[in-house]
Amino acid sequence: MDSLLREYLPILIFIGVAFGLSVVIVLASFILVRQRPDSEKLSPYECGFPPFSDARAKFDVRFYLVSLLFIIFDLEVAFLFPWAVALGKIGVFGFWSMMVFLGVLTVGFIYEWKTGALEWE
Amino acid sequence: MIVQALAFYAFAAVAIASGVMVISARNPVHSVLFLILAFFSAAGLFVLLGAEFLAMILVIVYVGAVAVLFLFVVMMLDINFVELRQGFLQYLPVGALVGLILLAELILMFGAWVVAPGAPQAAVAPTPSTLSNTAALGTLLYTHYVYAFQTAGAVLLVAMIGAIVLTHRTRPDSRRQRIARQVARRREDTLEIVKVRPGEGA
Repeated sequence: MDSLLREYLPILIFIGVAFGLSVVIVLASFILVRQRPDSEKLSPYECGFPPFSDARAKFDVRFYLVSLLFIIFDLEVAFLFPWAVALGKIGVFGFWSMMVFLGVLTVGFIYEWKTGALEWE
Repeated sequence: MIVQALAFYAFAAVAIASGVMVISARNPVHSVLFLILAFFSAAGLFVLLGAEFLAMILVIVYVGAVAVLFLFVVMMLDINFVELRQGFLQYLPVGALVGLILLAELILMFGAWVVAPGAPQAAVAPTPSTLSNTAALGTLLYTHYVYAFQTAGAVLLVAMIGAIVLTHRTRPDSRRQRIARQVARRREDTLEIVKVRPGEGA
């Protein structure tokens, strides 16, 4: 347990350094630089002309569908990692257990391929 | 040990603070960003518990995928902030009533909670010291908990089909490439050679 956490200590130090560095950068640009606020400096800049519309435009629902399908296969791959690590111990039953799992998801994959959900047109 | 305690308090404080900011930030995009921060802190807490596989999955799946999905949802909703604020006072009594009922139920439930006799000893050492966390999960998940594992697969299948059924619609006006038709197209079907005599062409 302690040895496990000791392996993660560099990451903790890295987070601390990143946090401190970002604080230093923001504060230094606030303190060292001469401040001359101007409303034009804060206005949105779009290749030289004022922006036509709000940035919050409605997205096509197909982006949503693609990201949802991505999450599902992401989870499927996440299940593969412990299986691959422990495959020597769990034997034939564990192997076929994962194969059935993958088969169930392959049914869904074929369905989405056939309905054309992956095609962008 | 002191580093571990300090890290725990730092991660827990950041998680709670960003959780508060998720529900109180005015801009929903900022809410999603604070949600990502909360996920990161929860991943740090998982590492402190020794559940490193869950921590990494939390970073990959929740920070990498679910947060992007939330951003899509926020962008799709087309939220008007002024309209959002208008009904706030009007719905406040109903919301407060629902919150109070939930709180009463939680108090009743936790008041009647009895911890099973062997549970604290079992929870103290979730990971055997000879195995890594991921290997320990793998030895149990696919054999001992095979039904739960297959149910997870079925739930993912239902989610996949549900997402397609709800959002996918074939667009009749769209033009897509039909490779079979392109390959099957023959010269005789499409090309006609007409002999035109000089001076008679239209």
